[in-house]
Amino acid sequence: MPESFSRAAPRIEPMAAESPLAGFRTLLFKEVLRFWKVGFQTVAAPVLNALLFLLIFSHVLDRHVTVYGEVAYTSFLVPGLVMMSVLQNAFANSSSSLIQSKITGNIIFVLLPPLSYREFYAAYVIASTLRGLMVGAGVLAVSAAFVEVPMAHPLWVLGFAVLGGAILGSLGVIAGIWADKFDQLAAFQNFLIMPLTMLSGVFYSIHSLPQFWQDVSHFNPFFFMIDGFRYGFFGQSDTSPWLSLGVVGLCFVLLAALTLAMLARGYKLRS
Amino acid sequence: MSTPAIRIQGVSKHYGSLKALGGVDLEVGQGEFFGLLGPNGAGKTTLISALSGLVRPDSGTLAIMGHDVVADYRNARRNLGVVPQELVFDPFFSVRELLRIQSGYFGIRSNDDWIDEILASLDLTHKAGANMRMLSGGMKRRVLVAQALVHRPPVIVLDEPTAGVDVELRQGLWQFIRKLNRDGHTIVLTTHYLEEAEALCGRIAMLKAGRIVALDTTANLLRRFATHSLAVRLEHPGRGVELGGSAGEGGWVDFAFDSYTEVEALLARLREAGAGLVEMRLGEPDLERVFVEVMNRA
Repeated sequence: MPESFSRAAPRIEPMAAESPLAGFRTLLFKEVLRFWKVGFQTVAAPVLNALLFLLIFSHVLDRHVTVYGEVAYTSFLVPGLVMMSVLQNAFANSSSSLIQSKITGNIIFVLLPPLSYREFYAAYVIASTLRGLMVGAGVLAVSAAFVEVPMAHPLWVLGFAVLGGAILGSLGVIAGIWADKFDQLAAFQNFLIMPLTMLSGVFYSIHSLPQFWQDVSHFNPFFFMIDGFRYGFFGQSDTSPWLSLGVVGLCFVLLAALTLAMLARGYKLRS
Repeated sequence: MSTPAIRIQGVSKHYGSLKALGGVDLEVGQGEFFGLLGPNGAGKTTLISALSGLVRPDSGTLAIMGHDVVADYRNARRNLGVVPQELVFDPFFSVRELLRIQSGYFGIRSNDDWIDEILASLDLTHKAGANMRMLSGGMKRRVLVAQALVHRPPVIVLDEPTAGVDVELRQGLWQFIRKLNRDGHTIVLTTHYLEEAEALCGRIAMLKAGRIVALDTTANLLRRFATHSLAVRLEHPGRGVELGGSAGEGGWVDFAFDSYTEVEALLARLREAGAGLVEMRLGEPDLERVFVEVMNRA
């Protein structure tokens, strides 16, 4: 008979946690390290993409279009491109991390430890926001070398960038958990995120649209993200920045609640 | 009496109309080397997943070292290490980074001494800086074991850890797991290699269709269910079959019996029948026979 059943075993104690938040901090660190290790793909490439947009549109339109009366089109465009980069990269970070982990199966390493669903949510969303902010800062820094970009209210700029990143990070968590294959994630990105971003006023002021499309734009929360963000640069916007802040803040609260409810139920993660 | 390492009470789990677990009750004592056996689809992995919080049972409760896996999940998970069945890894990180990260998830961020010890014990020290993608299947399997141990859990569950692993690595792995058990870790093992379970496990539970159909010490199971066997090669195998044997290939006929005292009488009957004994060998009871017997009866 094997010996193990017959003897008294010494008591083993698991190692104690160093602090209540150490697990969360590790997951956040790992998510940041994950995108930073492939920084050319996750940070440098999106910056280059945004600059190509800037180059092409500024070349074609700068001498023909002004916005808010006297703002040159290229200057107007920069905040839109910065915010678009923040949003797209925040979404890409959490969604791609989760779907890759699910498909390869290594999500198990995050599900087995004593992390709460709130810690899980916070780590993925903060890492996504950080990537969005890094790419956005990169686009802004490089653009500023070529284009005059004022910054009338930096706190509004930062506030909308953080909220926009957190909203898209949350959407990325939802999409990454919901999608069972890359095809479904691409559909989420191409049929929802991309149209909402492109039709939000990244490239134009909604005052240049017919009245009907101006009204439709007010149902697009991405419009308020871009418009509020742009207010931080020019001190002017298509709609009140306080209204934008209210809409964007409400969107974040609703999406955070939805994502947390999914995680609490263990939707598609804990069967 | 000490708290059981694992306590499972009335656990059921259905996936639609499929019953994965049907009211499982089980206790595993601290320090045991426990085997969980069953055919594919018996519910072993579902039971392990329920223990580790990956599956939420429809009813019943599970506790690790006295900590409920739902109500007190943080302490339950801190006390449990799981080596998953699938060979999964994160391709972004090196072995050491992976172990540091896994340790950090459990709240232990300064753990290099223990990580070095695990790496040395699993013969992975020279691969500590290698990316996971660069490792062979056997080495990836060892890293999975290391990840399960990184927070030094008292209870370790190994879900078919030697599937697809070569003999040398398998033996090294068992040597290491045996040492962990001697040090006081409770080990729960699922495997399809029944000779491994027989050699290692002090107690065994057998599952079939989500129910425990046998639960006893390995010695008792062998005593209760398995019979000795006598295999004889005969010039006239048909005469052996007429005496109650079961025909095999190449003139071999198998006879099952409970005690060696029956062998003499059996050989005498074969001689009287003129079966013509050419060759014979005795078989000890083994877990494979027990397993087949239990599954057939259940």
